[in-house]
Amino acid sequence: MAIDGIGAAVRRKEDYRFLTGQGNYTDDISRPNQVHAYFVRAQTAHAKIVRIDTAKAKAAEGVVAVFTGPDMAADAIGGLPCGWLVKNKDGSPMQEPAHPVLALERVRHVGDPIAVVVAETLSQAKDAAELLDIELADLPAVVGLVDALKPGAPAVHAGGNLCFDWHIGDADQVAAAFKNAYKVAKIDLVNNRLIANPMEPRAAVGEYDRATGEYTLFTTSQNPHVIRLLMGAFVLHIPESRLRVVAPDVGGGFGSKIYHYAEEAFVTWAAPKVGRPVKWTAERGESFMSDAQGRDHVTHAELALDKNGKFLALKVNTIANMGAYLSTFAPAIPTYLYATLLAGVYTTPAIYAEVKAVFTNTVPVDAYRGAGRPEAAFLIERIVDIAAAEMGMDRVEIRKRNFIPTNAFPYQTPVALQYDSGDYFATLEGAMKAIDYAGFEARRAAAKKHGKLRGIGISTYVEACGIAPSNIAGALGARAGLYECANVRVHPTGSVTLFTGCHSHGQGHETTYAQLIAERLGIGLDQIEVSHGDTNKIPFGMGTYGSRSLAVGGTAVVKALDKIVDKAKKIAAHLLEAAEADIEFKDGKFTVAGTDKSKSFGEIALTAYVPHNYPLETLEPGLDETAFYDPKNFTFPGGAHICEVEIDPQTGVVKVVDFAACDDVGRVVNPMIVEGQVHGGLAQGIGQALMEECVYDDKGQLRSGSFMDYTMPRADDLPSFKVSTAITLCTHNPLGVKGVGEVGAIGSPPAVINAVVDALKDYGVRHIDMPATPQKIWAIVNGGHRMAAE
Amino acid sequence: MYDFAYHKPATVADAVKLLAADGDAKALAGGQTLIPTLKQRLAKPSAVVDLSAIKDLAGIAVAGGKVTIGAMTRHGDVAASADVKKALPALAALADGIGDPQVRNRGTIGGSIANNDPAADYPAACLALGATIKTNSREIPADAFFLGMFETALKPGEIILSVSFPIPEKAAYAKFGQPASRYALVGVMVAKTASGARVAVTGAAAAVFRWSEAEAALSKSWNAASLDGVKVSPDGLNSDIHAAADYRAHLVGVMAKRAVTAAG
Repeated sequence: MAIDGIGAAVRRKEDYRFLTGQGNYTDDISRPNQVHAYFVRAQTAHAKIVRIDTAKAKAAEGVVAVFTGPDMAADAIGGLPCGWLVKNKDGSPMQEPAHPVLALERVRHVGDPIAVVVAETLSQAKDAAELLDIELADLPAVVGLVDALKPGAPAVHAGGNLCFDWHIGDADQVAAAFKNAYKVAKIDLVNNRLIANPMEPRAAVGEYDRATGEYTLFTTSQNPHVIRLLMGAFVLHIPESRLRVVAPDVGGGFGSKIYHYAEEAFVTWAAPKVGRPVKWTAERGESFMSDAQGRDHVTHAELALDKNGKFLALKVNTIANMGAYLSTFAPAIPTYLYATLLAGVYTTPAIYAEVKAVFTNTVPVDAYRGAGRPEAAFLIERIVDIAAAEMGMDRVEIRKRNFIPTNAFPYQTPVALQYDSGDYFATLEGAMKAIDYAGFEARRAAAKKHGKLRGIGISTYVEACGIAPSNIAGALGARAGLYECANVRVHPTGSVTLFTGCHSHGQGHETTYAQLIAERLGIGLDQIEVSHGDTNKIPFGMGTYGSRSLAVGGTAVVKALDKIVDKAKKIAAHLLEAAEADIEFKDGKFTVAGTDKSKSFGEIALTAYVPHNYPLETLEPGLDETAFYDPKNFTFPGGAHICEVEIDPQTGVVKVVDFAACDDVGRVVNPMIVEGQVHGGLAQGIGQALMEECVYDDKGQLRSGSFMDYTMPRADDLPSFKVSTAITLCTHNPLGVKGVGEVGAIGSPPAVINAVVDALKDYGVRHIDMPATPQKIWAIVNGGHRMAAE
Repeated sequence: MYDFAYHKPATVADAVKLLAADGDAKALAGGQTLIPTLKQRLAKPSAVVDLSAIKDLAGIAVAGGKVTIGAMTRHGDVAASADVKKALPALAALADGIGDPQVRNRGTIGGSIANNDPAADYPAACLALGATIKTNSREIPADAFFLGMFETALKPGEIILSVSFPIPEKAAYAKFGQPASRYALVGVMVAKTASGARVAVTGAAAAVFRWSEAEAALSKSWNAASLDGVKVSPDGLNSDIHAAADYRAHLVGVMAKRAVTAAG
């Protein structure tokens, strides 16, 4: 029997149900006798709640209840917690303002929930919501993150708009290096705010069993155990033993479904109040104003170089927007997932970064595919291109001259991280070859003949996945562990169910994990099921984010499989009347070394559950093992992305005509899934670079509040990608895997913008902020609006 | 959406009667604007009069130097029609570029022009080709039909039956899509007719308009170079997060030239 193990590009097991419309999403779940919740949200960005009169709404047809902030406060319901405490430069804790589930006294962003109508039907809830008499007194709003720190800016919270003022690195060392600089490259840039927009909007169903006192929450989450912990312990005060959280099929997350949201807490709290299950599903417009958004930095950076183009030091000053409240992991993103990556793939010996996080009257900001690392990669890869221009050096040469040498791993950066492995020369070469870098100038000349401006841009990046280890993260402010759990349950006839604490919402875990098990146990994929997303089934789990599912979750699977094989060998030794040390396990067979005596995996499984001939005195029956794995370090995927664009100077339209990505994601389990992950990441990265932008007006109204105005990348915006891998193995996990979920979104934006700047080099352009929209490009070509370009 | 009464008359006369009897009733053609508006509770009609069961309202006829399209004809049917492709390929191409396949399979020409969205495509075709809009009570020349943003010459309860396009010597439509919605940020339809050139611009202003300077230049000499130096003033053009008025004005010129080149 051929085994579809590690390296097999097998089709995804889960796709049959998705492609035939048989997925089971949260909105597909309807509980008997359920009622519907409709959230009434702030339409203004900042206002004092003067009065809410619910009497008319409560009396409307079909209405079961109407709740406001004070109703929850009266029940001593806690605010939504933040899972990461960042400290200021002086060691004091960040400002951590209360984040009530339903607004109390003030609303702080458009979309902030003020009241909830619960009714027999959604339509009745909406009708009644129009009868709510809500009086708000508008307050001045602050929207831009630079404005938030200006004296006299409207204060989002009583403690002012500064959340924290944090730094990393050695300021003195950097200052000294700058004194000796031959040249200094400088950049001011904006990392544009994005909206994740997963295909499935968020939804939640809360249920309470009066007989047992058990609560169940069905929710669109990337990490149901984390939601159970945060909501149970900090918000609703329900013991985990009586709280079940189920995240069934989830249609994309990209980070936005990591966090604990108000709607989840509300439906769970309200279910016993109204004595019926309570259901809520976001409309797309609600997603735009209530899903945590991404990025949103303003940065000034300077890179000091010596006369040979070697980087001497980097200093970075970033302001990061937190939005109106702290989302669950918001403070970690522009600090430990951003500034720690500022060495990039280079040997820059001295780095100092200061990061201020600010509150504004906008939707909260948190991790979005890449989470901090795209911001770091964009900054580094832009300033390296500017440095090349300052030095009059070739963009490939300056990179190669500063790459961390392949023999220098493990490599300690000046910003805390230690990279375990990589070969940046190999990935750069792979991408250059794929895109025919050498032939570019001929293509540029050919394009010019047709009136088009062609440019090419390189990005050589590294990122960090599988955030770890727990003890260090804890010392840095994490309020959660960062391990993962796997339970491998071998059934009596030899089929296997894996219960994983990771969660698949598009990643293909049901296939990839099954391949790990098939490889190890020598059984077919059809004998393996992967279960995830239900706290009543899975021992524990931290979920899926930060490209951790294989590096951390997969390692837990391997550890559990180790235990299974160890125990199975003992059983085999007993059955085969041999010493355990002489038992070999290969291709699904336990063999006594040097003999033809063997037992199949299925026979061992059956013996474990029907232990008639079994060493019961020394061995427990059953074959069911659980492992927790806490990683020793991050993993460090990296690679090279090269983008080729063609600009129509008459309209300003940028067309991505070619794109090559050569990534080092560690060992590849399923090449097809890896390729798909890169494709999706590239689409989102190119989307950020050219199209996507969350726009608020100066009053805090969301102007890009629907797909009519928020530009998502589409298939016809993208070329056929040239995707390849050139791998080095991770040295500290048994599979040698690194992670692939985010590389596309991390490496690609600077490659695109570098290509656009290259295409416009005759126009004296040094930098263009994302997204490089047609209007912005036209303004540059037209020589008008200089504000569009530096 | 709010509750409303639903009617599905089989004849134009019945539809007219229903609409006349209820001032707050709305006619439903392809529903590509009305249905989302209802779903978002932005409209509260007392009744919806669905025109889709009226057989006479759909169909395409080419005769007497005209292409006549029934009001309930779907964009997809116009785009795929061999007759339209042969007689007035620019119109088939325009229809093929409206929205996406879902929109083209539901949206209708009558609905599009009755709604007169400032960024809709068909109004540009009507105006540039000098179409005549036939209703249950009269015939209205396109030049007198499109009055302003979402505003037409239609009276309450008046129903479009068909649109007749005189076949020009040459015509083409060039659209620059708004990046997010892909509605026309700027769309320009040009037509060379026996009585001179006609140029209609959609997407750029509150409503579709004829660009007389370009018409004069192209009437003199039908080629893209004739438009060199002919400019639209940005004054009064739309300005939004995707395009300021000056960029739109510039795109009008670019799209007009591209349309002339495409028309040959």
